[in-house]
Amino acid sequence: MTSDRVELNFFLNGQRYKMALDPMVRLSETLRDTFGYTGVKVGCDAGDCGACTILLDGRQVCACLVPTARINDALVVTAEGMANNGFLSRVQNAFLRHGAVQCGACIPGMLAAATDIAASQHEPTNEAVMHGLGGVLCRCTGYQNIVQAVLDAGRDPCPIEIPEGHAIGASLPRTDALDKLTGVANFGADAMPENTLWLRAVRSPHAAARFTIGNMDTLYEDHPGLHRVLTADDVPGNKCYGIYPDLKDQPVFALDQIRYPGEAVMALVGERDALAGISDSDLPITYEPLDPIKGMAAAKADGARQLHADRPGNLLIEAALRKSDGDFREATFTATGRWTTGFVEHAYIEPEAGFARRVGDRLEIFVTTQTPYMDRDEVALIMGLAPEQIRIIPAVCGGGFGGKLDQSVQPMLAVAAWNLDRPVACVYSRPESMAASTKRHPAEIDARFGCDSEGRLQAMEMTADFDTGAYASWGPTVAGRVPVHGSGPYHLPNAHIQARAYYSNNPPSGAFRGFGVPQIALAHEALMDDLAEQIGMDPLEFRHKNALRAGDHTATGQLLVASAGLDQCLEALRPHWGAALASVASHNAANTILRRGVGLGCMWYGCGNTGMSNPSIIHVTLSNEGRVTLYNGAVDIGQGSYTIMRQICADGLGLPFEAIEQVTGDTDLTPDAGKTSASRQTYVTGKATELAARDLRQQILRLANADEHAVIAIADGVVRIGETEIALSRLTADEDGVVLRGEGTFDPPATALDENGQGEPYGTYAFAAQMAIVEVDVALGTTKVTHIVAAHDVGKAINPVQVEGQIHGGIAQGLGLALMEEYLPGRTENLHDYLIPTVGDMPEIEVILVEDPDPNGPQGAKGVGEPGLVPTAPAILAAIKSATGVAVHQVPATPARLRAAILKNLDRGRQS
Amino acid sequence: MSSYIRPIDLIDALAALAESDLTVLAGATDYYPAQVGRVANHDILDLSGVEALTGIERHDEHWRIGAMATWRDLVDADLPPCFDGLKQAALQVGGPQIQNTATIAGNLCNASPAADGVPPLLCLDAEVEIQDRAGSRVLPLTEFIQGNRRTALQPDQLVTAILVPTALEQGCTGFMKLGARSSLVISIVMVSGLLRWDDQGRVHRANLSVGACSEVAQRLPALEAELVGRTDLHDVVRPEHFSHLSPLEDHRGTASYRLDAAATMIQRMLEDLSS
Ligand SMILES: Cc1cc2nc3c(=O)[nH]c(=O)nc-3n(C[C@H](O)[C@H](O)[C@H](O)COP(=O)(O)OP(=O)(O)OC[C@H]3O[C@@H](n4cnc5c(N)ncnc54)[C@H](O)[C@@H]3O)c2cc1C
Ligand code: FES
Ligand code: FES
Repeated sequence: MTSDRVELNFFLNGQRYKMALDPMVRLSETLRDTFGYTGVKVGCDAGDCGACTILLDGRQVCACLVPTARINDALVVTAEGMANNGFLSRVQNAFLRHGAVQCGACIPGMLAAATDIAASQHEPTNEAVMHGLGGVLCRCTGYQNIVQAVLDAGRDPCPIEIPEGHAIGASLPRTDALDKLTGVANFGADAMPENTLWLRAVRSPHAAARFTIGNMDTLYEDHPGLHRVLTADDVPGNKCYGIYPDLKDQPVFALDQIRYPGEAVMALVGERDALAGISDSDLPITYEPLDPIKGMAAAKADGARQLHADRPGNLLIEAALRKSDGDFREATFTATGRWTTGFVEHAYIEPEAGFARRVGDRLEIFVTTQTPYMDRDEVALIMGLAPEQIRIIPAVCGGGFGGKLDQSVQPMLAVAAWNLDRPVACVYSRPESMAASTKRHPAEIDARFGCDSEGRLQAMEMTADFDTGAYASWGPTVAGRVPVHGSGPYHLPNAHIQARAYYSNNPPSGAFRGFGVPQIALAHEALMDDLAEQIGMDPLEFRHKNALRAGDHTATGQLLVASAGLDQCLEALRPHWGAALASVASHNAANTILRRGVGLGCMWYGCGNTGMSNPSIIHVTLSNEGRVTLYNGAVDIGQGSYTIMRQICADGLGLPFEAIEQVTGDTDLTPDAGKTSASRQTYVTGKATELAARDLRQQILRLANADEHAVIAIADGVVRIGETEIALSRLTADEDGVVLRGEGTFDPPATALDENGQGEPYGTYAFAAQMAIVEVDVALGTTKVTHIVAAHDVGKAINPVQVEGQIHGGIAQGLGLALMEEYLPGRTENLHDYLIPTVGDMPEIEVILVEDPDPNGPQGAKGVGEPGLVPTAPAILAAIKSATGVAVHQVPATPARLRAAILKNLDRGRQS
Repeated sequence: MSSYIRPIDLIDALAALAESDLTVLAGATDYYPAQVGRVANHDILDLSGVEALTGIERHDEHWRIGAMATWRDLVDADLPPCFDGLKQAALQVGGPQIQNTATIAGNLCNASPAADGVPPLLCLDAEVEIQDRAGSRVLPLTEFIQGNRRTALQPDQLVTAILVPTALEQGCTGFMKLGARSSLVISIVMVSGLLRWDDQGRVHRANLSVGACSEVAQRLPALEAELVGRTDLHDVVRPEHFSHLSPLEDHRGTASYRLDAAATMIQRMLEDLSS
């Protein structure tokens, strides 16, 4: 929107301005575009996420809801203006100290809210902090460390001490925390070139349709700022993309039909204002809607329309596991059930964004992504170019959780920038991000477990069907992971598991923290409780008895040689469990309406890709000036790989953490460290880093003929080892000044699964057990999770605060899955209809780290990215059952659903 | 190109409104979210400069909540007990950023079925002061909001204040909101109540209301009448007290869930207020 500018007087980040500005432009836009304060994040433009929160006259407001004119005579402070004379503010310093930053997308808003709280109360109460932060969403941290930081913000800022010698095991602050705290980190939307054109995708309002595109002449005439309309005809190479080489079924622009609501039909490229002035109804697209296939039942139905020519019955893929004959002869007790889950949205606070530009016969794409190398290869295919002609420069990534493992803006931007030979930028709006991007697979799970009279599990069977939506995306990965994990983290002599994924006219389901495992964990965990109850055993002891241990074979027949710490996790929970059972019982003795309950959830999770090679390569160099540089392609999406790898590198070399410089994730500069998913970076790339660092260390030691234990010091271009001094300038350097290069490659030991799902699909597994305490208001159906104790076997915590942060964040997403998150296509495409947990929804969390080292992992470490989420929802549902007697079989257990189930249960009780 | 004005005097604001078709902005928290993905080309009348619309003050007959008073202003104001319920609502509207900018009057003008301000103000027998160039008049809140997103306001009129009779000042009030998460949440149901007692401890006056269970939040006249004269407020709520409501069905809850929850919440609030 533009109006006549008005003259405004204001103070912005300590500077006085007198300036004419467009009065009705959102203040967030003015601060970003006119002043370059891109620390003001835009996550929704609707007041729902709070990422744009700034201080206006000292009070927190959403800059996206403030007309620019309102800053007249006012004081405006953004994250960029909080530090003073080179010192972080108290609040910023507290965030740094407490490890409160992950992806960082919410952080500028959190800082503004926290500063408002701190200004009104020197020592704010817990309640004041909860209320004060209640308007800013964070998808990564589970809020725990942020709350701790705000409570502690009254303390004087203090420097953070880095312990000498042992970076591994120390809770070092993140390498990128300062940039994120001061608002200067460049996320996908923060570094657009000056002269860029903009791209807006035009998306189908229909879930299923045929369409035709008419003549565009009048469109171009009416909108001179429109440079180009791109359709499928403009895509030079592959018209479709997809994760698997044989499954490239998703078009860049729809070809002959629409398969989901929000599918891109074309893209408009031009001046930003001109694009904003074109409404969808001006476009010559004629849709002929078809009856949409709305879910799995419709997709499977006899005579259902087939969505993809090569997939009869709309079946994308089927995978099975069969161990032994899978029979239940030895099972004295059996338990069965059926569970259903819906779509879940990643809801990263940073929507998809980036830009592309053509540089000679190459394309450069700056984009928010979890997987630069896959992006590079996919864009090359789409453009009909060689992979070396594409450079992907990952932006600081404002959250991914699997959702930024697929293509979003990349292909469209590539086509546009190549054709127009101008930089082209694109930022998704929140509704667009939600409509267009992938989701967690909805599931329908039938399962049965049986145990003998001693409580030993004997057999299980499971059928899990998944709605993969319009396109394959990561559907096959889910189908691959589910059979392996269907048994749960337990020893089972007999198992029979089948997983299938069906196409529908729903949004494509893709990768989402856990790849189907969180869904099936609902089933196996509820059935553990059921069996324990039948046999009269304590649920914790029942699990402990059956826990997979080192020396056991998994359901795929893999021998677990070491590092299977579920029993230790359960032992760590045991005292908490006993105390919780007692306190819940005594509370419930006096309360019939506010009922408390306690429940358990366990999980295991294979780190890395399933049954296939997934190597990482890391280089560490020493320059003729004595600089040590880690070339780290493990993209940090908030989980911390830019800090973790530096820690591993420092200890591997025997040098201080600060001595390690880093070049991060850029396909031109860093070797391929694979994708940031499947909880693989710490384990796989971490190991490659350790190997690379040791390799370089060996080379350095050789220069002085020193032994393995020698202490290396590097200063002023000279390496000192004991008495020996080596001037690096005397060594031969390559054109980049590199004199020594350490290389490390690690590919976890894994074998492909056979037709019975047997094999060794992962190099290692993470294990965890969580306990939840809830309070259910049985009259209203509302659930408040009050406590979670989470015991996780992580092998080795390279950075304990970051590991805890991953677990906190996973718990928040698990809580959302259990209680509130349900994406309804066409209905919840914003962050006020689609609810994710706010700070006030979070329980008190206690994390217990169990370190049962993996023989292959770096210093024994395994992954923790996904495991935090998996056991949470099962534990919450078990706690709800313990509180109310109601077994929830459909998530989310919204108040309305839970109340209905409670009433039904009462009815049943009355009738019997 | 659209126009933007930010007058200082109410008269100028009213004059501008009489002359052209303008979109009125108070806190703008309902305005901007409606523009996501759209080209906003409204001609704007921004009320934020009009001093006369700010403040919350006591007059002889009523308390006057200026049209530009925010939820935060209300929470910070020193007010008699009858405003406790409205303050509780204020602290649950969106999050603190919304409370710092959004106005109570804007909440009424926006007339959402889930507007949290409406039930407490219904219990306070609130009135809405409206002005145009011709003058000012006062409408009961029940007449001001006419339906889902519909009010009695004409295009050339502004709401200048919300009036709450001082006669109810000593009433004891409460508010309860049911949502699917702890903050930033649209109400599934919300209830409010005002009770006054005589010197024998009997209910002298009961004003009760329920929101999000009909196009416009409603009072509960049958229950209100039954309560007068009672001392014990346990187990007084019955389904028929809600028979005039027709809740919507959506992904937040079924109609029967909403009614069931409303009954529970009203009963709880009565017990809270009488303890
Ligand atoms: C993230 C978020 C969360 C929210 N949560 C809640 C919630 O929990 N509960 C709730 O009830 N609401 C909620 N809202 C809605 C909104 O904040 C409230 O309705 C708010 O009180 C509106 O006030 P405002 O001053 O911002 O209105 P504005 O957006 O300025 O105006 C709203 C409407 O009223 C008109 N208007 C305003 N003032 C006048 C006047 N004086 N005369 C004539 N017309 C006028 C405007 O033209 C417009 O049509 C939320 C909004 C957001 C963005
Ligand atoms: S961008 Fe302003 S609240 Fe989300
Ligand atoms: S750190 Fe809060 S959203 Fe990522």
